[in-house]
Amino acid sequence: MLRVHSIESLGTYDGPGIRLVIFLQGCNFKCLYCANADTITAKGGSETTVEELVSMANNQKAFFGKKGGVTFSGGEPLLQAKQLVPVVKALKEAGFHICIDTNGSLLNDDVKAVLEHTDIVLLDVKHINNEKHQLLTGKKNDNTLAFIDYLRSIDKPVWLRYVLVPGYSDDPEHLHQLGQHFQNFHNIEKLEIQPYHELGAHKYEHMGWEYKLKHVKANTPEQLDAAYAILKKYFKDVVIN
Amino acid sequence: MSKINETFVKGAWNEQVNVRDFVQKNITPYDGDSSFLCGPTDRTKKLWDICLEAIKEETANNGVRSIDPEVVSSITSHEAGYIQKDLELIVGLQTDELLKRAMKPYGGIAVVEKACREQGLEVSDRVKDIFRNYAKTHNDGVFDVYTEEIRKYRSLGFLTGLPDNYARGRIIGDYRRLALYGIDRLVEAKKADLVNLLGPMSDDKIRLREEVAEQIKALIQIKELGNKYGLDLSRPAESAQEAVQWVYMAYLAAVKEQDGAAMSLGNVSSFLDIYMEYDLAQGNITEELAQEFIDQFVMKLRVVRHLRMNAYNEIFAGDPTWVTEAIGGKLMDGRHKITKTSYRFLQTLYNLGPSPEPNMTVLWSNSLPENFKAFCAQVSIDTSSIQYENDDLMTQTRNSDDYGIACCVSFQEIGKHIQFFGARTNLAKALLLAINGGRCEMSGKLIVEGIPPLKSDKLDFDEVMANYKIAMKEVARVYNESMNIIHYMHDKYYYEKAQMAFVDTNPRVNLAYGMAGLSIVADSLSAIKHANVTVVRNEEGLSSEFLIDGEFPCYGNDDDRVDNLAVDVSTHFNQLLSGLQVYKNAEPTMSILTITSNVVYGLKTGATPDGRAKGVPFAPGANPMHGRDKNGAIASLNSVAKLDYKNALDGISNTFSIIPKSLGADAETRSENLVTMMDAYFSKDAHHLNVNVLNRELLEDAMENPNEYPQLTIRVSGYAVNFVRLTREQQLEVISRSFHSNM
Repeated sequence: MLRVHSIESLGTYDGPGIRLVIFLQGCNFKCLYCANADTITAKGGSETTVEELVSMANNQKAFFGKKGGVTFSGGEPLLQAKQLVPVVKALKEAGFHICIDTNGSLLNDDVKAVLEHTDIVLLDVKHINNEKHQLLTGKKNDNTLAFIDYLRSIDKPVWLRYVLVPGYSDDPEHLHQLGQHFQNFHNIEKLEIQPYHELGAHKYEHMGWEYKLKHVKANTPEQLDAAYAILKKYFKDVVIN
Repeated sequence: MSKINETFVKGAWNEQVNVRDFVQKNITPYDGDSSFLCGPTDRTKKLWDICLEAIKEETANNGVRSIDPEVVSSITSHEAGYIQKDLELIVGLQTDELLKRAMKPYGGIAVVEKACREQGLEVSDRVKDIFRNYAKTHNDGVFDVYTEEIRKYRSLGFLTGLPDNYARGRIIGDYRRLALYGIDRLVEAKKADLVNLLGPMSDDKIRLREEVAEQIKALIQIKELGNKYGLDLSRPAESAQEAVQWVYMAYLAAVKEQDGAAMSLGNVSSFLDIYMEYDLAQGNITEELAQEFIDQFVMKLRVVRHLRMNAYNEIFAGDPTWVTEAIGGKLMDGRHKITKTSYRFLQTLYNLGPSPEPNMTVLWSNSLPENFKAFCAQVSIDTSSIQYENDDLMTQTRNSDDYGIACCVSFQEIGKHIQFFGARTNLAKALLLAINGGRCEMSGKLIVEGIPPLKSDKLDFDEVMANYKIAMKEVARVYNESMNIIHYMHDKYYYEKAQMAFVDTNPRVNLAYGMAGLSIVADSLSAIKHANVTVVRNEEGLSSEFLIDGEFPCYGNDDDRVDNLAVDVSTHFNQLLSGLQVYKNAEPTMSILTITSNVVYGLKTGATPDGRAKGVPFAPGANPMHGRDKNGAIASLNSVAKLDYKNALDGISNTFSIIPKSLGADAETRSENLVTMMDAYFSKDAHHLNVNVLNRELLEDAMENPNEYPQLTIRVSGYAVNFVRLTREQQLEVISRSFHSNM
């Protein structure tokens, strides 16, 4: 049983092709800009069986075409790694392409078992600077950096994802540091710049939380271009989502 | 034999009227990409600017530029009309002036008088005198024989949009025949048919002899129509330009004689391509000129107009004419029918800008060339002007590879098959009969006898379902009776002689019934089955509201528990209709389609057990109800794909609206994802898909600033409209629909 927050049957931003995106409930980070704040709390979500998920994927198989498949996102999907293992195993056996969208903070035997059945890890690096990381997410980035070292050691393909928050994570110096740190990882196929947006802000109000980035506006095209230009020096494939 | 016809590959088409055989033998399928296409010429641009200016005047003048209140329209009623003669390569207008609308009072004189009066004009005394005192109309005939029961079903909104005061349309002539054979040869063939229609002289035989005689007269008038424009239509077309011109003249005759709700063009592009290929190979024309012929042809199709009264707009919003052209598809022998002229038709959406007409319909097969699929997806993303239908499904189920789309979504074999338009019945309102002892929930009038009152106001699924089946059976019976009357009278008083002149003598007929409100019915039954639903009744004992306790699955989320209810109801109703005797032994078919009547149906329907409040618009066609499809676009498509085409052979319409970003981050990904989605949707035997790729904000801005969006086009149920021509209610309804967004 997985605790599922919601489902997007036409996912076009979380991995290659058209994807069934399963958003799992619960997260161990509390990012200031989280667009799915209602997925953070561990409670809630609807209990969903392996069979239900496999059957959902089968119904959508035709839509996946040559590239698509199933993505587990959240929340932090690996918080439910133990329950996720049989699901990804069954999906993999049925021939589906699997992505996991994670913050990389958890690495245990269950996580390793999930990764065995995963084709691409969409790894969200929130910040390269440890203090800034702490400020943005409430946690240090040590685990995330260790996680990607592990992924390199098992040759697991990675798409790095980086949310560009004006004034928080778009400092050129940090972008250069990010590039320098990861430029020699052979398993990183792509870097995706995720523009910051305020679309999730209303959820905070609904939940009675304070939205701390009220003063932050969406990126200007110039800000996006500037970040792109820096990161393009380090990564062959950079896209702005 | 004409010179050009001598050069074509011979076959059965030489001996008999058989355009399909000609196309099969001579088509040049094209696998390449769109890079050969040309932009508009200066001539085309100038002409289209004149049209746009005239359309602007039309919009500013209450939607009508001018009306001829003196002359009753016929094939030969008006002198030649031009946009600007020296620029026109393809000529012909319905009247002697651009966008001037003509009277066609055979459908009903009162409607014509009303339409004129709404524009501040009076029908001439002479025409009034003739149609009030001497000539009988279709409308007169129908109301002479309508039963009290039919009148009640009609006025209370159980049956809506019946073609009893306007022309039924839907018939598609094989307009290609004029180009391939010329009038003289076609007259000869019809005369030969007439000679063989011998006794015993039954009603059917007498009627058919009269029909063929009328068709022959129409052909002779079409020759005369050609003469007015200096064209010798007695002979076959001798060039690409003439082929386009001849086909257009045949179609023009039809829209001069009839004002049918939908008057499709058929599938002329692959046919015309044969002439284009010939002239290009001979060096007679350039690609630029080939495109210009199509641009100018399409321009003419865009300015077809009928005189309608304002009330008509409630059901068929935005002044549509449904000049539906079916593009592509495959031949039974496995080759595809994509030609360069398929591309040229779609290219008009760039050369002249987006437009609802002609209603471009791509017949999609998973094995069409990838180049063509990618081009279609791009055109959809750029213009939201195309709809798609499942060619593999239709070819196999209907056993023909030479068909067009009648009206919105309905298969019709060209020249062999016609259909009688049946409008639709409101099955959501019929469900309320089951809950109100057979009484109309709004008026309290008894509609269906024999439905017992419910044992309890806490609804029981089996009890409601049993009552609903009684209601559906009676609704089907009355619906069928109205259809038989309408089509009998239409044949008698407003026979489509120009179109039928281009159809085989004694063709097969479909009676195209329709149903509306399917998603509401499915969700209501799901609520009754899976949650606790209690009726709240007013002082007359009629349902006024429903209280729902608990959760229930909604149609549109790929959940069999509710999707199967939609399948069961549509199948059941279709089977009820199939068991009833039809005029002219037509074969009954049914659509799940609403046009834009989903808004007016909503107004005429009280609160429903799914929680929908009284008066709220229905979802269009077979779409899930707005906002209830929670799992994204594909789950929604999967639900609709479960509906069985074999039990809805007139078509299952699904309107899909998505914001551009949801298809992907960049242009290439968006087009690729759209192609993958359509391949997948149709691989599940789904029938039809309207594709809109638009931002909601754009529509909101267009509502406020209509003058800045004269050509903004949006697909609705089975056709497309200029968004700014919709009424405010309809605009709001379109905006309130699910715009799939995964952001």
